[in-house]
Amino acid sequence: MKQLITFIRKEFLHVFRDRKTLLMLFGLPIAQIVLFGFALSNEVKNSKIAVTDYSKDPVTTQLIDKISSSTYFNIQRNLNSAQQIEAAFKKGDIRMAIIFPANFSTDLTRTGKATIQVIADASDPNLATTITNYITRIVGDFNTQSALSTGQPLQILPEVQMLYNPELKGAPNFVPGVMALVLMLVCTMMTSVAIVKEKELGTMEILLVSPFKPIYIIISKLTPNLLISVVNLFVILLLSALFLDLHVKGSTLLLVFCSILFILTSLSIGLLLSINAKTQQSAMMASLMGMMLPTMLLTGFLFPIENMPWPMQVLANLVPSRWYFIIVKRVMLKGMGFGAVWKETLILAGMCLLLFAISLRRFKIRLQ
Amino acid sequence: MSSTTSPPVITTEKLTKRFGQFTAANELTFQVSKGEIFGFLGANGAGKTTAMRMLCGLLKPSSGKATIAGFDVYTQTEKIKKSIGYMSQKFSLYDDLTVSENIRFYAGIYGMSRPKIKEKTKELLEELQMEKEAKTLVSELPLGWKQKLAFSVSIVHEPDIVFLDEPTGGVDPVTRRQFWDLIYNASDRGVTVFVTTHYMDEAEYCNRVSIMVDGVIAALDSPTRLKQQFGRDNMEEVFYELARKATRQGD
Repeated sequence: MKQLITFIRKEFLHVFRDRKTLLMLFGLPIAQIVLFGFALSNEVKNSKIAVTDYSKDPVTTQLIDKISSSTYFNIQRNLNSAQQIEAAFKKGDIRMAIIFPANFSTDLTRTGKATIQVIADASDPNLATTITNYITRIVGDFNTQSALSTGQPLQILPEVQMLYNPELKGAPNFVPGVMALVLMLVCTMMTSVAIVKEKELGTMEILLVSPFKPIYIIISKLTPNLLISVVNLFVILLLSALFLDLHVKGSTLLLVFCSILFILTSLSIGLLLSINAKTQQSAMMASLMGMMLPTMLLTGFLFPIENMPWPMQVLANLVPSRWYFIIVKRVMLKGMGFGAVWKETLILAGMCLLLFAISLRRFKIRLQ
Repeated sequence: MSSTTSPPVITTEKLTKRFGQFTAANELTFQVSKGEIFGFLGANGAGKTTAMRMLCGLLKPSSGKATIAGFDVYTQTEKIKKSIGYMSQKFSLYDDLTVSENIRFYAGIYGMSRPKIKEKTKELLEELQMEKEAKTLVSELPLGWKQKLAFSVSIVHEPDIVFLDEPTGGVDPVTRRQFWDLIYNASDRGVTVFVTTHYMDEAEYCNRVSIMVDGVIAALDSPTRLKQQFGRDNMEEVFYELARKATRQGD
């Protein structure tokens, strides 16, 4: 036990001495969150739109005021004919046009119902979807508000049918992905590099000649990485709560438990990689190429797995992050309990045990 | 250094290691006495490393017998591990740890107590005259110092036997000479030194030398007697005489 503590302390010294790597380890989740959360946000601001008002009544004026006051839109100019609108679209001056028909106010006063026409430049489908959704929301808000103030229910219906993104946020989908990616990368790479480093240095031979047990070597190598990864996990959760307004809806305890399971799985993969790698570079490359790409592609957070051809779907089942991603989405975003994720947890636990057993066995065989 | 009167700490009898069809070490039989400096020579691929790994308990022999510090290499490897030290040509120190942290670590994994480690560290730094460098990172030390430190660290747990695998690779002759002073000190304290080397001047420093050719021990005696036996002036020529008969390719 005392020997084990000596070894673990040494591992921590390695970690803290290597400032650059340490910076990278903790910088990675922060950079990812910032990158995905802000720079690569799906949110669209200051889109140029045109508003054509054939009705020109108090209701349309109010609604146009409301639209222009939002930060999403930048109302360019008032275009007064279909030709002008078409020309503006062709030139790329506007992304969307909103047209209030001439009979808007008469319809509204007579039947309490009226429609507005929303035309979006769908050459950028994502953008079109997003901004038409904003308009739908704004008009919906307007309806509710006027219903409250006048007591008269208004039904202004924007004539668009677009995909559904209820919260109009990009964050929910990527945070679980970032968690899977960061944890996988840090755990796998750090572990494999840490062990291969001993081989390169020649210190592994000394350790094998010493009475120190191989299982202790493994435990000592895994401990600091486990700790760093748990810290990383909390950093990611904290950042998303503070800056992305994304809180853990379900049980944090369950999330942390499943995360640790995933971390241990990744550590075991790192261990397995280290057994075959001869140099730190090859260990690093194996972790990057062997782990990062499958994690990015087959986890389901960049590309939906359901749309993949079946061989890829089968392959995706073998990627641990895929199951972890499902767990995080359900627990963190949807607030589901253990009952909803027990299958995935079980699969992850199975993978973890299997990988650890294999790497432990192979590690021992190598010593013979 | 009376190698004949002390009891043997390494005994092998027809110790053999085969990898499939290939016999890396063939029926090695020799004894090494307590406190002796035993040179283990051979060209690359002659089977030195295989033999050494069997003696260290890293490799299971295919056949034959061997005891290290009185323990059997088949059944008592854990006890052997506690009784031996090991140093390779890579020096095996952690560059990003300080001198005293390296000492503490290696003493620690052998299960030495804290006060004992403190005492040993002080003693060791004094012997190496490195008291001022205790808190220096190993990466900042000159090569010769690293090598001497690595040797001292390999015997910090006071083993019966220390195995040195080409410990002086890439080190200049002056530093090598100083390094051998450390080896003599250890030997005087009763530590048996088992050393492989490619430098024939070092072979002259050994009490006895064995020369391996193609997996078998081709010659084994004191350097003086070997020179007489082969009618040569120095070990270099003796070694060449034997090694050129090798049919195996080095790696």
